[in-house]
Amino acid sequence: MAKMNYNKRFADLEKRMVTPPEGEPFEVDPLKDYFSDAKPRTYPPSKIPPLEKFYNWCRAESIYILGFGTGCGAIEMRPLMSPMYDAYRYGVHWRPTPRQSTVFVVGGYASVKTLKRIVRSYEQMQGPKWVLGVCSCTINGGMYWDSYNTINRLDHYIPVDVYITGCMPRPEALLDAVETLKTRIKEGRGEGANKYAENYEWYKANQRKVIKSWDMPDYNW
Amino acid sequence: MADFDYMKILYAATTIFLTINYGLVLQGIIGKIYARVGKRIGIRIYQPYINLIRQWVTRNSISHGIMFYLGPVFRFTGGGGILIFLPLIYGAPLFNSFVEAGDLLLIMYFMFLGTLGMALGGGEAGHPYSAIAVTRGLAQVTAADIPLVLAIFSITIQYDTMNIVEIVGAQQGSFLNWTLFTNPLATAAAMLAFLGSMMRSPFDVVLAPQEIPIGPPTEYQSQFLAMLMTNRTIFPIAKTMLFVNLFFGGVALYDSYLLTFLVFFLKTFTVYMWSVFVGVSFPRFRVDHSIRWFMKYPLVIGVLAILFVSIGN
Repeated sequence: MAKMNYNKRFADLEKRMVTPPEGEPFEVDPLKDYFSDAKPRTYPPSKIPPLEKFYNWCRAESIYILGFGTGCGAIEMRPLMSPMYDAYRYGVHWRPTPRQSTVFVVGGYASVKTLKRIVRSYEQMQGPKWVLGVCSCTINGGMYWDSYNTINRLDHYIPVDVYITGCMPRPEALLDAVETLKTRIKEGRGEGANKYAENYEWYKANQRKVIKSWDMPDYNW
Repeated sequence: MADFDYMKILYAATTIFLTINYGLVLQGIIGKIYARVGKRIGIRIYQPYINLIRQWVTRNSISHGIMFYLGPVFRFTGGGGILIFLPLIYGAPLFNSFVEAGDLLLIMYFMFLGTLGMALGGGEAGHPYSAIAVTRGLAQVTAADIPLVLAIFSITIQYDTMNIVEIVGAQQGSFLNWTLFTNPLATAAAMLAFLGSMMRSPFDVVLAPQEIPIGPPTEYQSQFLAMLMTNRTIFPIAKTMLFVNLFFGGVALYDSYLLTFLVFFLKTFTVYMWSVFVGVSFPRFRVDHSIRWFMKYPLVIGVLAILFVSIGN
């Protein structure tokens, strides 16, 4: 039964013949035809250093967080919007779609199923982009270190800029991490997107090792 | 074409540039007001500037096709078009670049053009959220446009012209000549319709991040989004200016430039604040609620405005 459902799920990704209204049938391979199979490439910083410094300052002072709660640590992000912490005054905003976000907050443990979504969302973000790993679970697996379906180190799968230790860290710790990330970006050290493109094969190999049901294109443009 | 004054292009560009700056400052102030109502400290006043620059300097972007490119262009044409065909300051050549080239009908067209452009662009993005948000947005904008069109018909009958410069000219002299006092019903209908097109609560279900994310621009990123953000700074100002021109006597050119700009800021700010105050006070409507609301009071007031003006004539 499980096998049957599995096949059904991927049915719309298989090769098939399609007959358009004109009558001439043609073959469709969804993973090839509907998605780009181009590989990511690196985007060098601006050639004028003072300009790049100014851009980096802007990038640091205007942070768009992807509002996607990936683990239990995501609950610590919500108080930041409240009057108690009010992260907006530090230039932190929340966006509902990865396309418009610059910072991905991975909130704690990442099960294999979530990892797939994390990879998809991360790849859909436009560079330069940064990742915050919240809680011990993203660093070494935390209390799920020997779990059968939870990854241990997040930076084997996507580049992480700042880790926040604790189980759970308080919202202040998250604010502190944002400030640390800001300094990193201003110093020009936030090149995670380029790092991902450079070491693309290594990251993909690691991802494929744990994600068995790979029902997505190699790179999610 | 021979006697075309090329300086007008420069004037139009200056107008758009100044309006972008005014819009960004206003966005900062409004962000601050929203935050203070929620007992927060809120964004820095200059935050919208940083957001816009940051968005323009994103390193890579993804396109989904030609219409995806043209969506933001349509949107910007809508905002910029209203701006350059409106007499921003009555009698000042710098802010009247192309007024004689278009009338009220063209402005009405430009107000809808951006929404249609976004519908096509968001449609080509292929994201289901874009498609559903476009249907919601078009339904709501159409519903809000009906009372607005009735109000505009009413003042067209009243002044017997569609030329905005003439309408503004007819309101000069005393504040009692404003349409607000000569045709209060049309003003009421239009100001209620104004709420519907400002994308603020209670009519912000289309673009609200907490609803179906984030409406038509779900797939828009990088410079595409930057274009849309630039338009979002000028579009509300352009629309506010249209209402100031039609109902609140426009902004006349006084002897002192300082006084002129002061009146300009005061009028646009007050009219803009109308949508902000309603926005912070009322919760969000669903689309079916808002359509029903527009089809009730604003519509009746609009019809009455036309009736009274026709009888008066």
